Amino acid sequence: MKAGFLPKLLFSPSVLLVLICVYGYIAFTMYLSFTDSTMMPSTTFVGTAAYHRLLGLDNWSVSVRNLATFAVLYIGVAMALGLGLAILIDQRVRAESLLRSIFLYPMALSFIVTGTAWKWLLDPGVGLERSMHLLGWERFSFTWIKDSDMAIYCVVIAAVWQTSGFVMAMFLAGLRGVDGEQINAARVDGARTWQIYLKIIIPQLGAVFVSAFVILAHTAIKSYDLVIALTNGGPGRSTWLPSVFMYQYTFTRNEMAVGAASSVLMLLAIAIFVIPYMLSEMRKVKHG
Amino acid sequence: MADVHPPIALPVKGVDAGAAHVSLGRAALYAALAVAAIVFLLPVYVMVVNSLKPLDEIRNGNLMSLPHDWTIAPWLSAWSTAQIGVQPTGLRPFFINSFLIVVPAVAISTLVGALNGYILTQFKFRGSTVMFAAMLLTVFIPFQIVLIPMAKTLGLLGIAGTIKGLIFVNVVYGIGFTTLFFRNYYAAFPAELVRSARMDGAKFFGVLGRILLPNSTPIIVVTVIWQFTNIWNDFLFGASFSDFSSYPITVALNNLVNSSTGVKEYNVHFAGAFIAALPTLVVYLVSGKYFVRGLMAGSVKG
Repeated sequence: MKAGFLPKLLFSPSVLLVLICVYGYIAFTMYLSFTDSTMMPSTTFVGTAAYHRLLGLDNWSVSVRNLATFAVLYIGVAMALGLGLAILIDQRVRAESLLRSIFLYPMALSFIVTGTAWKWLLDPGVGLERSMHLLGWERFSFTWIKDSDMAIYCVVIAAVWQTSGFVMAMFLAGLRGVDGEQINAARVDGARTWQIYLKIIIPQLGAVFVSAFVILAHTAIKSYDLVIALTNGGPGRSTWLPSVFMYQYTFTRNEMAVGAASSVLMLLAIAIFVIPYMLSEMRKVKHG
Repeated sequence: MADVHPPIALPVKGVDAGAAHVSLGRAALYAALAVAAIVFLLPVYVMVVNSLKPLDEIRNGNLMSLPHDWTIAPWLSAWSTAQIGVQPTGLRPFFINSFLIVVPAVAISTLVGALNGYILTQFKFRGSTVMFAAMLLTVFIPFQIVLIPMAKTLGLLGIAGTIKGLIFVNVVYGIGFTTLFFRNYYAAFPAELVRSARMDGAKFFGVLGRILLPNSTPIIVVTVIWQFTNIWNDFLFGASFSDFSSYPITVALNNLVNSSTGVKEYNVHFAGAFIAALPTLVVYLVSGKYFVRGLMAGSVKG
């Protein structure tokens, strides 16, 4: 039905809010990144000075390197674990729904809660290391969270724990959508279960891999809460991510232009893979 | 959680394998799943067990062991007397704040999503596809990019540092999701029902109120759960736009755990973390099926 006045009128507040508070704000932040804003927004245009300063900052390169380490491991491990759990659960196990609930419940928790729980679990003074010592394994050592070279891996552990159940659920839905005929044919030919997975099922899960990748990658770039709760960026700045950098420079160090520039780069990083993904998804919908 | 898909027919007992071989494989399968389940449950076990211990027992004992002297004192302390920032308020006022933020924000964003989904699927007008795509993209943006102008806007509107401000922010950035959910649901809604209602003279709100909404229970539940979980768990907006009187629970918990000076009261931290987790955990346990559906709908866009 062609829209009359009323539907358009009722749709317009949402349109306005999205246009202003998303796209308008993105434009405004981009604009700020080309000014000399410090504590308050300024309108003095200074070209790409903030980007030059940003790219020269050690804190930024540490944040970007940390993000690279974190994102690669987080995406890789969460996908592998998610797929592995999905395949295990797919073997017609008893208590399937209980197991799925157990693997998925961390998704319902706030990253602040997850961070708090893992913060003390990984703390050598009270957590795992101490438990192992008390159990008699005196030489067990696990001090990553206090070690500036290793602390970022603690962020990976907690983030994987939180999200791999979700990846499992995605893969499980994918596994159950795989065409059964090919599988039966392969089985008649005497293929083993692992061969069937490797050669027939997993190659058909391409779409799930892509979706999982896009979701995990954009989660990695946005990650903020978990780092704050788990390590607060420390020890030192060893677990800073671009999100932490942005917050610090904008709201604590009064370098708003640099903070704005960093958030523009975060947006670009996400846009690089989200926009192609969205376009292909929308094309799929259009062409059935 | 109920199954949505039937399992693929993978024979459990291979024809070519002996029974002993098969049961060994099954044993390994269950062992692997059991280990994974223990790892997944461990942090919550540690949280609960240690929230019921006196502090001495944590410092001198094992984080994995059950309490020797059971106590609910850490819970009482986390709830009503623990130091948040400089005030000994406990988490209670912030727990209430979170509800004051979440309930209106979820209600408004869900209603707006239903309305948008209805308009986008039942009416044709120029630019509707582009607008939907524009709304969809908001789901992915890193919110860091809007923090500075939003802080300014909240100041101009006079709602900086207030519950109202946080409701506003969470509604604005929730519309993308809620519109997506309802739009996809209504796109698959039987067109004859809508058409015959119109023939009977139903107007704009008649179709929405008498035909669509009464048949929308599943998607309303999915949307409400999704929004509730997201907004309850929000930290970035809370940390950026609230002050002491309007902290949501996540910000207060982080304050409790990370800015405490002196003795670290692990047991109180664990109790506090559990209190902050409780509402979303309860929602998950009661309606896990819908929670998963929301995750899936949120993950397969378009």
